[in-house]
Amino acid sequence: MALSIEDIKKIAHLARIEVSEGDAAATLSKLTGILGLIEQMQAVDTTGIVPMSHSQDLSQRLRDDVVTKVNLREEFQKNAPALGNGSSEPAVADGLYLVPKVIE
Amino acid sequence: MINSSLKQLGDMLQTKKISSVELTQSFLSRISEYNPAINAYIALDEAKTLAQAKAADALIASGSALPLTGIPIAQKDIFCAKGWQTTCGSKMLANFIAPYDAQVISQFDAVGAVNLGKTNMDEFAMGSSNETSYFGGVKNPWDFDRVPGGSSGGSAAAVAARLCAAATGTDTGGSIRQPASLCGLTGLKPTYGVVSRYGMIAFASSLDQAGPMAKSAEDCALMMNVMAGFDERDSTSLQREKEDYTRDLNKPLHGLRIGLPKEFFAEGLDANVGNVIEGAIAEYKKLGAEIVEISLPNTGLSIPVYYVLAPAEASSNLSRYDGVRYGHRAAEYTDLMDMYCKSRAEGFGAEVKRRILIGTYVLSAGYYDAYYLKAQQIRRLIAQDFIEAFKQCDVIMGPAAPSTAFKAGEKVDDPVAMYLQDIYTISTNLAGLPGMSVPAGFSAGSDGKALPVGLQIIGNYFDEARMLNVAHQYQQVTDWHTRMPELKASGDLA
Amino acid sequence: MEWEVVIGLETHAQLQTKTKIFSGASTAFGAEPNTQACEVSIALPGVLPVLNKEAVQCAIKFGLAVNAEIAPRSVFARKNYFYPDLPKGYQISQYELPVVGKGAVTIQVPAAGKNAAYEKVINITRAHLEEDAGKSVHGAVEGMSGIDLNRAGTPLLEIVTEPDMRSAAEAVAYAKQLHELVQWIGICDGNMQEGSFRCDVNVSVRKKGSEKLGTRREIKNLNSFKFMQQAIEYETNWQIETLEDGGTIQQATILFNPDTGETRAMRSKEEANDYRYFPDPDLLPLEVTEADKAAVRANMPELPEAMKARFEAQYALSGYDASALTTSRALADYFVAAVDAGAEAKQAANWVMGSVSAKLNAEDKAIHDSPVSASQLAQLLKRIADATISNNAAKQVFEAMWAGEADVDVIIEAKGLKQVSDTGAIEAIINEVLAANSAMVEEYKAGKEKAFNALVGQAMKASKGKANPAQVNDMLKKKLTA
Repeated sequence: MALSIEDIKKIAHLARIEVSEGDAAATLSKLTGILGLIEQMQAVDTTGIVPMSHSQDLSQRLRDDVVTKVNLREEFQKNAPALGNGSSEPAVADGLYLVPKVIE
Repeated sequence: MINSSLKQLGDMLQTKKISSVELTQSFLSRISEYNPAINAYIALDEAKTLAQAKAADALIASGSALPLTGIPIAQKDIFCAKGWQTTCGSKMLANFIAPYDAQVISQFDAVGAVNLGKTNMDEFAMGSSNETSYFGGVKNPWDFDRVPGGSSGGSAAAVAARLCAAATGTDTGGSIRQPASLCGLTGLKPTYGVVSRYGMIAFASSLDQAGPMAKSAEDCALMMNVMAGFDERDSTSLQREKEDYTRDLNKPLHGLRIGLPKEFFAEGLDANVGNVIEGAIAEYKKLGAEIVEISLPNTGLSIPVYYVLAPAEASSNLSRYDGVRYGHRAAEYTDLMDMYCKSRAEGFGAEVKRRILIGTYVLSAGYYDAYYLKAQQIRRLIAQDFIEAFKQCDVIMGPAAPSTAFKAGEKVDDPVAMYLQDIYTISTNLAGLPGMSVPAGFSAGSDGKALPVGLQIIGNYFDEARMLNVAHQYQQVTDWHTRMPELKASGDLA
Repeated sequence: MEWEVVIGLETHAQLQTKTKIFSGASTAFGAEPNTQACEVSIALPGVLPVLNKEAVQCAIKFGLAVNAEIAPRSVFARKNYFYPDLPKGYQISQYELPVVGKGAVTIQVPAAGKNAAYEKVINITRAHLEEDAGKSVHGAVEGMSGIDLNRAGTPLLEIVTEPDMRSAAEAVAYAKQLHELVQWIGICDGNMQEGSFRCDVNVSVRKKGSEKLGTRREIKNLNSFKFMQQAIEYETNWQIETLEDGGTIQQATILFNPDTGETRAMRSKEEANDYRYFPDPDLLPLEVTEADKAAVRANMPELPEAMKARFEAQYALSGYDASALTTSRALADYFVAAVDAGAEAKQAANWVMGSVSAKLNAEDKAIHDSPVSASQLAQLLKRIADATISNNAAKQVFEAMWAGEADVDVIIEAKGLKQVSDTGAIEAIINEVLAANSAMVEEYKAGKEKAFNALVGQAMKASKGKANPAQVNDMLKKKLTA
């Protein structure tokens, strides 16, 4: 399964990482190398083997439905990034996190 | 004093031969002397640290001290610590001040240990040389031209250079054991689920596990007594009885069955490293251990499997860094999509981006079965290899890393070569087993400098106390773990 | 050419828990922005999810209520996509192994025009637990959207049907039935304005008789039954017209605009999504044992089906009446309360489904908002039963009570609606009527039965409607045959 520049652009878009035209070729060569390493798996017959997601064969523990969290909005919003586009103000207003307009 | 064990330091504190403030200050002054060159720490906050030391002294004075009360510990910068800059080695979080404590941090706070600072690391724990850190590489205290290993390179260098009494690390594919090996210290990655992951910034959730990095097995045992324990905030935290990891340290090793996997001594292992490991095995024979040849036939597949599973989980774990609520946001952007793509392109370094892209690819439509599912199936085969092996032996031994510390810059542009550093460590993460690296001797590097070699000890699930016993008994008859690099002060390095 | 519409629903019901599905933050509605957004809700680095027990029990309750298979082992998966209201960049949901498997709901489709009412079974494909997203708020700052994460992490049960519905009426009947059911079993408050119950409707059309499904378009986030009806009707017509004009339907996610009554494709969803689902490594498989199910079952209220059977047996109601009364727990409770307060069951059923329902529908009110309480209704029905008032008079009393007057007897008195049952008074009226209508009397005697009814009418009219009709009947018959 050879990767193409188009694949790089597609996955970069899915991952929301800007990759310039120049970087795409370099990224392609590095990722191709890594995929080459990964390809070794294809030689193994895994028919009938149950996939292993966790190292423990346990079930999910459940939490009681009790409110334990308090409002720490001001504390959390101290970490808000700068708004950008010329403004160094934090990207919050009236307790809301600010992002470029969301279009539905 | 800087070379004292945690037990010795504890005794000195509790008999008031020294105060925690004094002890802390002596480490802080070493840090100001040597850290500019070594770069083991990303964040230091003298005021906070000394306040904790003062509080520890009060605790000691009141007679309610615990074994680690007042002892300065370095914390890997992967743990959120309230009020501390917590970066995970990334530009993405360069300005992030954690508003809460990781469970590991809370546990050290609860026993009155002192947080000495946040140690450098590969960005988001992705790397085996500490060179992917946004805050610069870390020097190996044994040879400043060389890397300390990674991702817990800052913690390893800090312990090796005696810039802390002990440190925490995390290990997703070898990130405690490989730097411990390269820096000549004792490091333990516990069974998955023994130490809470709450507040530990996620790389690959099903593999990440925190553990101690210290000068000796005994120190690691004392650290484990603080770090291990059930945490209801982590669904993968195990509900087990609290245990004393020092309890078996002094048991004799007579009759211990040591399994040597032939795959760990095959092609790819540096011959000098191999010799050191064989020397250590000979020592164990003298201690009464039996040697059993075993096979872990799927060892070679652990790297391909890991480089599917870890990036897949990482690609998703790192999606939260979108420049909306915290972290880096691009200075200029046109719309939401542009803000996402630029913020993430700028905030993440090259290796992190590579792994996000690989992870995104292996999970994407049409590839999931061939990569992700297949890797999970082989993961089971790898775990089964260990289950079979432990029918024949009590512990497994081998090298922790295929070579001694390599030169900075040597592998940074060759991800595949870098990934092979973890060939002996990754399989235990995949299986969820505990693994250790223990100093076992030195091997001369290409330029003649003696570089440490680590012996890896792999135990069965929850066998940490026995592994610590196995390491401790070795450390009673060897002195590799007490060796310390000769350091030049920052001024001497230009 | 005859077209057939094929409809399937995906419903998001917010579960009535105190806290979020994976954290101890409150789910109370209407708090100031981000004041209920804890470190887990805003996805700070290092936080982890722990599953809420109550949310799991709600899912089991639902599974039991629709006779579904409940998975002994189900798995949480991550659905990966970027959106500002999704702080982790993935939604924790269930994908391959949902907690609730195949089940079914029986719906009552009301009569419409020349079509009679009918029942239909709608198959449930699955229901799974997942977390809700936050909200985007517009207008706080020019050109920006504000993100409020109070809702992020609220537990949802997504209930998915087979494409079993064939009209907007069926889809609405199903949605209403489901809406009642989730409230009946106490897992969702059903508040559609607050978004507690939201429906996505998949609509496709095909030529009648065709087995193959057409390309579907998904109408997102419908939060009223009226809009659902309008949206489906508009969308169905649009698809048929498009196909008849030689066009093709592209799979799309669309929104309904209540102001224009039209549907349009969403701009943000234009690109094909690749959600990269995989099992969430932070969560272990959810196990539900037989004992867990039994414990939930023991705390379940009587379900509509069981209650319907009981109503038929206990109150001698027809199947239709019993079904209609058990479409909603509140309606059933109202009926039972009226009977318990002394109303005769069949009459109570007729009134609840007749006058009471008609008034509620006309005023778009729910049964618990009815100005006439069950005990008031019972009082009224007792006055019919004891012949104090006629059925017609009772309707006037009911109107008065609806308008806010409280006491049945006071209203009867004030409006002078009491029936005349005094034999002497009725006899006097009948004598007058017989005297004034000798022609009719002759007709009756000649065998024209209709004349009798006319005479009764005259007598009632003469009494201004107050005479007891049964007595009038009896006495008139006696007089004429004497």
